[in-house]
Amino acid sequence: MVKYFCCAGLLKSSWDQVCVAFWQRYPNPYSNHVLTEDIIFREVTPTNCLISRRLLTKTSRAPHWMERYLPKQMSSSAYIIEDSIVDPEKKTMTTLTWNISHARLMSVEERCEYRINPENGSWTEIKREAWISSTVYGLTRAIQEFGLARFKTSVTKTMKGFEYVLAKMQGETPSRTLAETATERARETALAAKEKAKDLASHAQKKQYV
Amino acid sequence: MNSVGEACTELKREYDQCFNRWFAEKFLKGDRSGDPCTDSFRKYQRCVQKAIRDKDIPIDGVDFMGPSKDKPES
Repeated sequence: MVKYFCCAGLLKSSWDQVCVAFWQRYPNPYSNHVLTEDIIFREVTPTNCLISRRLLTKTSRAPHWMERYLPKQMSSSAYIIEDSIVDPEKKTMTTLTWNISHARLMSVEERCEYRINPENGSWTEIKREAWISSTVYGLTRAIQEFGLARFKTSVTKTMKGFEYVLAKMQGETPSRTLAETATERARETALAAKEKAKDLASHAQKKQYV
Repeated sequence: MNSVGEACTELKREYDQCFNRWFAEKFLKGDRSGDPCTDSFRKYQRCVQKAIRDKDIPIDGVDFMGPSKDKPES
C-alpha cells in the first residue's frame, strides 16, 4: 500500500537558469534541515547527457509518537540520494530522490521532470510525483499521512528555496517577507498534519487494546 | 555547503566552482570541448568516497535511477 502524490510547479526563470540553480540551491534560508551535500558520481554520457548522483544528509525529524518505533541506535541524520539526468538538447531534466536510511519506517521516493513551460518559453515547469510508504505494523496509515503532509511542506520550501537562489543569481535581493510568509504557512501546514497524524496514531493504538 | 566528510569541504568547494562555471558556460550551450574539472573531481571523490566508507553510509547496490521501477498508484 503506497500513498501517491502528484503536483505541478512553475518557476519564472528559464530552463537553463533553473538547471544552474539546481546545482547551487544549498544552502538557502529554507534548507536548514540539509546538513551536507556531495556529488558522489557524475558522468557525461555518449549522448551528451549529464548524469549525477548526489548524497544529502538531513536532520531526521520524526514526531514524538513515531520516535518510540525507532531503534535506539538509529542515527539522528537521514541519508538521501538524488539521481539526475540533464539533457541540454531536449532541455529536460529528470530527478529521482529517495531515502536510504529509515526506509522501513518510512520510504519517500520523489520523481521530478523539469521542462520549458509550453506557454512561456522563458519559464520552467516542474512535474513532481511522490510515493510514500511505510511497513510499520499498525501504524502504516498514520506514518503515510505524516509523510505526505511533511512532503507537501517540503515542496513549498523547495520552491521557495529555488526562487531565492534564482533571484540571487539574477542579481535581485530576495524578499525577506516572502521567506517569513512561507515559513509561517509551512508551520501551519505542519501543525495541521501533526494533529491529523497523532489522531490516526492514537486510533491505531486504541484498536490494539480492544 | 558542507561535505559529509569534514576534511573534504574545501575540495568540494573547489570542484563545485569549476563545475558550475563549466556547466553554465559550456555544457548547457552544447560545447563539448572537454571537461576542465577532472582533476579537482578526482581529488574530491577520493576524499568523499573514503568518508562515506568510514561512516558506513549505505550507498551501494542501487542502480542509477534504480528505484524507478513499477510505480503503483494509490
